Amino acid sequence: MSIDISDIPALARGCAVLGTGGGGDVRTGSLAAIRAIQTYGPVPLVELAELPGDALVVPLSGIGAPTVSHEMIHSEDEAKRIAEEIERIFGRPPAAVMSSEIGGSNGVAPVAWAAQLGLPLLDADAMGRAFPEVQMVSMYVAGLPADLVVMSDVVGNIVTIRPIDGLWSERLARAVCVAAGSTALMADYVLTAAQARGAVIEGTVTRALAIGRATEGTAEPLRALEERLGAARLITGKLTDVERRTTGGFVRGTATIDGTGDDRGRTLTLELQNENLVALENGRPRAMVPDLITVVDTETAAAVQTEGLRYGQRVTVLAWPCDPLWRTPKGLETAGPRAFGYDLEYVPIEELVKGEPRG
Amino acid sequence: MAEGALRIGIDVGGTNTDAVVLDASDRVIAKAKRPTTPDVTAGLRAALDAVLAEVAAWERITRVMLGTTHATNAILERRNLGRVAVLRLGAPATTSVPPLSDWPDDLRKAVSAGEAIVPGGHYVDGREISPLDLGAIRRFMDGVRADAVAVTGVFSPASADQERVVEELVGNEYGLPVSVSHEIGSLGLLERENATVLNAALYGVAAHVTDALVTALAERGLGAQPYLAQNDGTLMTVAHAARLPVSTIGSGPANSLRGAAFLSGARDAIVADVGGTSTDLGVLVGGFPRESAAAVEIGGVLTNFRMPDILAIALGGGTVLRAAGAMGVRVGPDSVGYRIAEEALVFGGSTMTLTDAAVAGDRVPADAAGWRGKGDMSETFRDTLQRALAVADAMVIDAVDRMALGRADRPLVAVGGGAFLLPAEIPGVSRVIRPEHAEVANAVGAAIALASGRVDTILPAGESRSKAIERAKEEAAARAVAAGADPAGVEIVDLLEVPLSYLSEPAVRVHVKAAGPLSR
Repeated sequence: MSIDISDIPALARGCAVLGTGGGGDVRTGSLAAIRAIQTYGPVPLVELAELPGDALVVPLSGIGAPTVSHEMIHSEDEAKRIAEEIERIFGRPPAAVMSSEIGGSNGVAPVAWAAQLGLPLLDADAMGRAFPEVQMVSMYVAGLPADLVVMSDVVGNIVTIRPIDGLWSERLARAVCVAAGSTALMADYVLTAAQARGAVIEGTVTRALAIGRATEGTAEPLRALEERLGAARLITGKLTDVERRTTGGFVRGTATIDGTGDDRGRTLTLELQNENLVALENGRPRAMVPDLITVVDTETAAAVQTEGLRYGQRVTVLAWPCDPLWRTPKGLETAGPRAFGYDLEYVPIEELVKGEPRG
Repeated sequence: MAEGALRIGIDVGGTNTDAVVLDASDRVIAKAKRPTTPDVTAGLRAALDAVLAEVAAWERITRVMLGTTHATNAILERRNLGRVAVLRLGAPATTSVPPLSDWPDDLRKAVSAGEAIVPGGHYVDGREISPLDLGAIRRFMDGVRADAVAVTGVFSPASADQERVVEELVGNEYGLPVSVSHEIGSLGLLERENATVLNAALYGVAAHVTDALVTALAERGLGAQPYLAQNDGTLMTVAHAARLPVSTIGSGPANSLRGAAFLSGARDAIVADVGGTSTDLGVLVGGFPRESAAAVEIGGVLTNFRMPDILAIALGGGTVLRAAGAMGVRVGPDSVGYRIAEEALVFGGSTMTLTDAAVAGDRVPADAAGWRGKGDMSETFRDTLQRALAVADAMVIDAVDRMALGRADRPLVAVGGGAFLLPAEIPGVSRVIRPEHAEVANAVGAAIALASGRVDTILPAGESRSKAIERAKEEAAARAVAAGADPAGVEIVDLLEVPLSYLSEPAVRVHVKAAGPLSR
């Protein structure tokens, strides 16, 4: 199959749901994708199994400050320069583009980058959701070395970094990004199809499309979304408090939802750090990272980003299981509750749901 | 009648055009409501003549303030729009999303004379992305036939110099009016660019409105100074409006909020403007409308205007009620609109409307004591009307709660022709105020408005921060004076600082607004 202009709205909606409150606004990425398909044609979507073992897969993501990327939009040539540099390094051209982060803007924008390069998009990503830090990717959890980062900026600079480990990769990439004006395009963990097996999360583009389509043309979008995700409904209610503070480049905060209807009398608290990370009720966790927690509008089932949370919104909180890779010891060490500073032992959402018989 | 200056406020709404005359002590001495006409101008003249008929001393009328929907209508109907050459300064950045990418095809066709992304623009820290390429600008301009030009530079709200250079070049060499984005919107390139292009497309409409107003005043021998209302509830001179016509869009809700504040004396309140088809809820903070945090769509185009935060619900005097099942009722969303005078039960018609439900529930406007005697208010309707009123009240209570942000200590000011529909008590507000002249609150809001100026930019967060903020305040005050404010009365009415992340130098985004009474 291939991704055409008519698929972009559904893909964007699905990516917003998988963004778990973060991952950036999908609008600019959608416009770039539509523009690129208009110019270069639809983007073939390939499965990992279709690629020969030595085919080069390029994970791409836009990084930087959201305020800046909303103003200084990507150049059309950035992906091309990264692809040329990778061809110089590996002696052969890339075979496919992959999204590093299916949740949010970095789930939609790779369609534009693949179209610009005339390459297929791999039906996979490195998170299955959105995470705030560069090392929170499946390739790191799978033990692939973080020894190459290629970055490009709006004016045409190309920076190749050969870091000694993931920590330096993040540190140096961030410094380059700041010098480039606080927004850049980045390829890290360039890998062969053979290496990608077990080191990427497959099927996530198809899944985002299906999630986006689930709420189209239905009288009960919330129920349709819930069923498509296989999600637990943590609460349906009204947002009664949102508290935010910006520290160290991240937006942290707490959102409180008071139940309405069948959930009257219950209160759910969400802990936020760019994404929704932990859901608590009466001090007990109902869901926690790396499982996915998304706030949606109760009426339309459209995802609400953490910066879009406002008092009085009628919302439902959904939670569903993450990819099994994140539940391995290394996965939890990388992106479990403790990696975000919460003193919580990870309990999968399936068990939390079982443990709390609810109405 | 006290001696002194008089002023006229006129507000063109979707259904009615309202006019008021205020005396020097801000008392309403004349008011009128006339139907809004498709061309807008005829309704405006009718309302103006109606209030003038009640005032003897025309020579004492010194100012006329107009809030109008001309610009909104032009965009919605794609009528009378100018052809705009769209110029973005930013290449090689931003080329992945060219100008007008998200515009509806018909609007783009009606407005665009051509689009180009040329070298220029700035980084967040003020460095140039690339130097301006004047040759590229001339080549683009030589190839288009346009009525006006819209120029949008990357990060121009923080670094405006390139946009100014292009404005001068286009003005000198091509003699065309230029919209520059740093005067129009804040950060967010595509939204600001959209607003700038709409602004350039509206120059002709603005000239038409100004002419219509100036001519109407001259024909009646009025020597009054004309002003136009803008979307934040403040005024601008006709000359200023000619430059920034897009900021007249959304002035109606802003006027009604400011009018409600003035008539009730409340500076912090929730305002419900109840019309024939819908109810607009807004919030007053310190006497000014609370502004929306979300992007605002105009005619299918996303902009980043700071508009009043308005929640509209489909509930008004003409809202149609229908029995549904044994015990149920459906309230709206349709309305009989201006046909209410024939169709509502209280006026002898056969359609159940919310007005009928209110009257059946003993909610009657002060000047309509005779309503109840009219029409068929028999048992057949009574139950349905009663249930409908309960449903309508619940809709209002829910909407008030959404706007209240958890505070229950503020009053609700009910204005508009349908204010009597609202219940006497609403949970979540301290009390319900129904001020005198509430039915023309929007025209009153136009008549009492201040002039304002604003600045939205990025400043260093370090030691130079406080000096930079002082400069931003001075710039906002200067812009208020340019809009017509008395330099002696200008105050900073809003200052917002948001820290930015991921930057080499810590920085804050600063929004400053200054406002003051019109100069004498």
